[in-house]
Amino acid sequence: MIFTVVVHASPCQNAAPESALRFCKALLSAGHTLHRVFFYRDGVFNGNQLISSPPDELNTMRAWQALAEEHSIDLVICIAAAIRRGVLDSTEAKRYEQNQTNLAEKFNLSGLGQLVEACILSDRVITFGGQG
Amino acid sequence: MNAPKNILLMSRRAPYGSSAARDLLDIALTCSVFEQSVALLLLDDGVLQLLTNQDPQVIQQKNLNSLQSSLSLYDIEQIYVDADALTHHGIRHSELHLPVTLLNKVEISQLIANSDVVLTV
Repeated sequence: MIFTVVVHASPCQNAAPESALRFCKALLSAGHTLHRVFFYRDGVFNGNQLISSPPDELNTMRAWQALAEEHSIDLVICIAAAIRRGVLDSTEAKRYEQNQTNLAEKFNLSGLGQLVEACILSDRVITFGGQG
Repeated sequence: MNAPKNILLMSRRAPYGSSAARDLLDIALTCSVFEQSVALLLLDDGVLQLLTNQDPQVIQQKNLNSLQSSLSLYDIEQIYVDADALTHHGIRHSELHLPVTLLNKVEISQLIANSDVVLTV
């Protein structure tokens, strides 16, 4: 089965991203396909490269990177949500005249179309950190 | 090309207290651009999003009603409201900004069950 996982919450304050990570690992180990992880709303903070966790705590951003590395997972961050919250790659930093960037490697900024496309192509879409 | 999916977008959040209402509408408009069948379901405090005559300029917010008015231009006309939530908030059907369908709890369950994708904000 093809899954897409949607993450709406930031790490540290909310357990939803860690639950999402465990869910992704579980579905992959069960032989399913993970089409994409889409980060929306405060979920975009998962891609903040500057997150500096204490060494004895899980760094969720690095855990996503490791997952993407191991399984070639598409980690997409909503570009509009990210720009509002100050998670920028070099292209957007230039566009908004900022002299810093902080988008972690393995994450890509793209539009909500990537969420809808994932809904079209996936058998299951699971949201973590939604309030509905 | 895949057949269009029935995508249900759900929200239970009041307007302006968070970005939920706007974030939901942004997904809805994008679904429409991709020619998917999209429905909105507002539950609990989410029904307040549809109150007419909102005046959020005094708190430096953009008026949701104008964005809601554009939904029909995107062929988004399936807007469902939890009838119990309206009663709970003492809101009359006529006080809503858009034409909506009121649903009871059983009908809400059926709507969710009949949707291909359910996204919550």
